[in-house]
Amino acid sequence: MSVLVNSTINGDPIQFSCEADETLMDALRDRVGLKGVKEGCGTGDCGACSIRLDGALVCSCLVLGAEAQGRTVDTVEGMSDGAKLHVLQEKFLEHAALQCGICTPGFLVAAQALLEKNPTPTEEEIRYGLAGNLCRCTGYDKIVRAVQDAAKTMNRKAKKKVSKS
Amino acid sequence: MNAETKLGKREFRSVGTRPVRPDGVDKVTGRARYGADFDMPGQLVARVLRSPHAHATIKKIDTSAAEKLPGVKAVITSKDLPDLTDGDEELGAILENCMARKKAYYDGHAVAAVAAVDAKTARAAIKLIKVDYTVHKHVTDVDRAADPKAPLVMKGCITQGIDPAPKKASNIAKQSEFGHGDVGKGFKKADHIVERNFRTEQTHQGYIEPHACVASISPDGTGEMWVCTQGHFVFRQQCAALLGLDMAKLRVTSSEIGGGFGGKTHLWLEPVAMALSRKANLPVKLVMTRDEVFRASGPTSATSIDIKIGITNDGTITAGEATLRYASGPWPGSWALLGAMTAFACYDLENVKTTGQEILVNRPKTTAYRAPSAPMAAFAVESVLDELAGKIDMDPVQLRIKNAASEGTRSSYGPVYGPIGIGPTLEAAASHPHMKAKLKKNQGRGMACGFWFNFGGQSCTNLNIDIDGSVTLTVGTIDVGGARASLSLVVAEELGIDYEQVKTIVGDTSTLGYNEMTDGSRGTFASSMSAIMSARQVIDIMRARAADMWGIPPEDVEWQDGHAHASGKSKKNLPPLSIADIASRAAKTGGPIAGHTELNADGAGVSFATHICDVEVDPETGLTRVIRYTVIQDAGKAVHPTYVEGQFQGGATQGIGWALNEEYIYGEDGRLQNPGFLDYRIPVCSDLPMIDTQILEIPNPNHPYGIRGVGETSIVPPLAAIGNAVSNAVGVRMTHIPMSPPRILDALENAEQEG
Ligand code: FES
Ligand code: FES
Repeated sequence: MSVLVNSTINGDPIQFSCEADETLMDALRDRVGLKGVKEGCGTGDCGACSIRLDGALVCSCLVLGAEAQGRTVDTVEGMSDGAKLHVLQEKFLEHAALQCGICTPGFLVAAQALLEKNPTPTEEEIRYGLAGNLCRCTGYDKIVRAVQDAAKTMNRKAKKKVSKS
Repeated sequence: MNAETKLGKREFRSVGTRPVRPDGVDKVTGRARYGADFDMPGQLVARVLRSPHAHATIKKIDTSAAEKLPGVKAVITSKDLPDLTDGDEELGAILENCMARKKAYYDGHAVAAVAAVDAKTARAAIKLIKVDYTVHKHVTDVDRAADPKAPLVMKGCITQGIDPAPKKASNIAKQSEFGHGDVGKGFKKADHIVERNFRTEQTHQGYIEPHACVASISPDGTGEMWVCTQGHFVFRQQCAALLGLDMAKLRVTSSEIGGGFGGKTHLWLEPVAMALSRKANLPVKLVMTRDEVFRASGPTSATSIDIKIGITNDGTITAGEATLRYASGPWPGSWALLGAMTAFACYDLENVKTTGQEILVNRPKTTAYRAPSAPMAAFAVESVLDELAGKIDMDPVQLRIKNAASEGTRSSYGPVYGPIGIGPTLEAAASHPHMKAKLKKNQGRGMACGFWFNFGGQSCTNLNIDIDGSVTLTVGTIDVGGARASLSLVVAEELGIDYEQVKTIVGDTSTLGYNEMTDGSRGTFASSMSAIMSARQVIDIMRARAADMWGIPPEDVEWQDGHAHASGKSKKNLPPLSIADIASRAAKTGGPIAGHTELNADGAGVSFATHICDVEVDPETGLTRVIRYTVIQDAGKAVHPTYVEGQFQGGATQGIGWALNEEYIYGEDGRLQNPGFLDYRIPVCSDLPMIDTQILEIPNPNHPYGIRGVGETSIVPPLAAIGNAVSNAVGVRMTHIPMSPPRILDALENAEQEG
């Protein structure tokens, strides 16, 4: 049985149909065409499929497509502001926080959620905040540094904004 | 803390800088296309039925109900993949592993496959296939399999490599020996001898991207495949041979690859997708689940190693001997051979002997995992060296410095070394601040060395000068972790232009001649050699074109800083010509400007590393945390130092997971009990500290820039370094990897009982 789902995906109203038992990960990849949502395990253990559902960080492989009805979905594809990359994206590139890059979309989404909750995380808080995302290539060193640097940059920008206004 | 120590003399302009990689933006925006991100119009979705038994004869397969299910377009068994391998053992094993023929040899072995209009139908169809099995006794443990009384994995398997050949069949498929001198004499000279058995468990490469491909085979014998692979040329060659296609008619395009570490050097599902596509006459997409990746794509060997080393009171090693048993799955590989070659490669030994034994077991077919086979052998050797250092009260780093191989040493596996980095990495370790840092209660420090050969091999590249003066390099080696950036740097260096002017891409199998895979740390080494040669050709062509434009002899044109300069008598009043100047006139001076190279890259420089590690062990729970880690490795010349550091850090982390957590756990029923990331736990961010690196640069004399491969050696020392650190923390010698909490508690308990 298929269901029709209306949600706001990366800021746009999107309608898609999917099977009632289809995961949101599959629906986003195969129905909406957002292939930046990666499948590493399908069982909630790797975080490659991380997205935001109404702002909350979730593994989209553990959510049904139908559950997106009337809610907002944010994926890596919606992170940049037009052609301007998000600070996290820039810092991941600058620090070479990716080797193969398959884990990168999930890390970026998770890091964004982390920094929204905690704009000044310690190294330990970053490490625990990202513990749900697996990376097999980097040993996490450069990922942690990229997130630390992004946090610093974002705070500096935020301060500038405040002092201007 | 990341540091670089340069030992070469040449000054570089681009090589050694750290620009952003050319494929980076696509990877942070979700645009990069990996194996499972590609679709062909009208494609079917495939699923594979796998054996639940570790060892069973397939009496009958009934696919009729599956075939009748609406939406099913093709069902295949081994009958649809007839054996065309003509006695080629390696290809035969690949074929049999892709689809079981008379017998299933491990839990997860493919027995049939379905292609249907969607995943749901394919899954339903798989359930309708009935397989009639006769179950046999199985063996999954390496030592039990080596026992003469063990059930035979392959009927009639006679050990190769022993003269005279044994009469009785066994699970010891191959034996190989290396060494020189007389170990018996050597041990007589020793003041201290340590002899022990070490075991390591089976681990998986653990790439986050499961195997995936889309295959399309037409009735006219032409075909295309999109696949995540470390070597699309090799995949094409093997798939064409297995399917009976002309190689030229099969075009293989490599996707972005989501990690491989050796695991994507081997065919697992591609011939199956092709056979389904051929039968259905439609494109077929086949993606493994994580469960299938663990159960049915090749992990590394479990090992059992007997080792004996003798030293004198002044710390000179008098002899080293090892028997190394490596489990290889149901078919033999060269895993024990590599273990036997690498075990003592760091040291200058008068008497050394290693024997490698390839042991067949009812587990998935073993394949390469980063510096395959070396970490386990290093674990055994480096653990015993630490123990011996303790016996003579010598600093373990000094003991190794005293015995380290150097230029001119005859290696334990035969060749004589050129300039090598083992001594310098040890000296760097001895003077590293990490060595002097204070340790607290329950903490221990360990260090260890590691070696890997590095490969060279066949490479082919194209270098095109576009009419606006920008440059495209096409390579046939897969970029697994930043090679496109490194190769662009090399071309920029050679041409004397900016990195941004060069774009490196990976061509498909129809655009270039044969290229070997990205394995053996050969990618940047071999492709850069080929790229340099192509760039030099292009410079010669551009000098000639400039000469033509100026009307002067080509000898009077020099290439400098990305420009043609008139020199000698012709020098006056001719302003230099840029690549764009020359390229814009190409149509009038002889047509397109391109360089092309094919070569067999000889002279890959061997690579050495020394690692230092601090751990803290909780004596109540046995839980171990790595609290500080330092990697020191020779890179020859670090082309893009950030990516070199990344290789060091990634390899060390994989080693940490192997040392402390990761293992395949089989039940008595021969089934894998932990085929998922929840129970097969790889290190996560919160398990680790920063991984410090120190890059040494001891140029490889066989490469124009001194480059050595850097990808693999970093996984070799960690098992031993952490083993030594844990042993020092708890005061008991650890001999079984992974040192999971229960194993550490057991070791403590045993020591208490004995003590
Ligand atoms: S694919 Fe969803 S957590 Fe791994
Ligand atoms: S960069 Fe490959 S898994 Fe993270």
